[in-house]
Amino acid sequence: MISFGHALAFAGALFVLGLTCVLLHRQILMILIGVEIMLNGASLVFVAASAYWQQVDGQVFALLLMAITAAEVAVALAMVVYLWRRKRTLVADEFNRMRG
Amino acid sequence: MATVLFYILGFTMLAATLLCITRRNPVHAVIYLVAGLFALALMFYLLGAPLVAAWQVIVYAGAIMVLFLFIIMMLGLAPQDVPEGPSWQRWGPLALLSSSIMICTLLLIFKDPMAGQQIDDFYLAPQVLGEALFSRYALAVEIVSFQLLFATIGAYMLGRPLPKGEDQ
Repeated sequence: MISFGHALAFAGALFVLGLTCVLLHRQILMILIGVEIMLNGASLVFVAASAYWQQVDGQVFALLLMAITAAEVAVALAMVVYLWRRKRTLVADEFNRMRG
Repeated sequence: MATVLFYILGFTMLAATLLCITRRNPVHAVIYLVAGLFALALMFYLLGAPLVAAWQVIVYAGAIMVLFLFIIMMLGLAPQDVPEGPSWQRWGPLALLSSSIMICTLLLIFKDPMAGQQIDDFYLAPQVLGEALFSRYALAVEIVSFQLLFATIGAYMLGRPLPKGEDQ
């Protein structure tokens, strides 16, 4: 039997690792990867809660979360390409001016 | 058996994620992240979500991570343009912050009266999930499809050629 607390602990650890990645790196792509890791932690919570309460709703929301993530990644990667064309760099510290 | 497998997969996932966030080269990071996502998909399967597990592999590990790799290779980032890795001066406070958050999270979870609760055997057939998705949650599906449309338009707008003089 899997303990519900342990599933939640795995999800929490995953979320904290993603947060560390966002805070640690200066490259925009690595920051995006950190966001992905955090979203995966959230979807693990949804699926574990769905199994714990024996309800379908958690899995439905995990699927919707996946679709929303796909939309977010599409826009974010388009923005990465835009920033690259703008300044030829992806270091987040370089983008510190409001106008150009 | 399933329980042991769940913990093995969980620690595999955490190890792969830890390796992913410490890489300097984004290509290596994405490859490690794909390994972690596969482990997570198997954990979904063990929690009785075969359809979510399949979509995790197809959509996340398949489509989204390939999109990341595609952008990295299109921009020619790896490995000469990788900024110098995070130094220990950046690592120190962050490791402290993350470990304190992690310890607080784990303490909260394990001190909770519900912590010892077991997850009973559960298997949700894809058919049941599909029926719920397209009857009770039909409105949510419509909203998400609109969001995907908006994301497509947004990506198109961002991808247009820059006006003269702004391209360096």
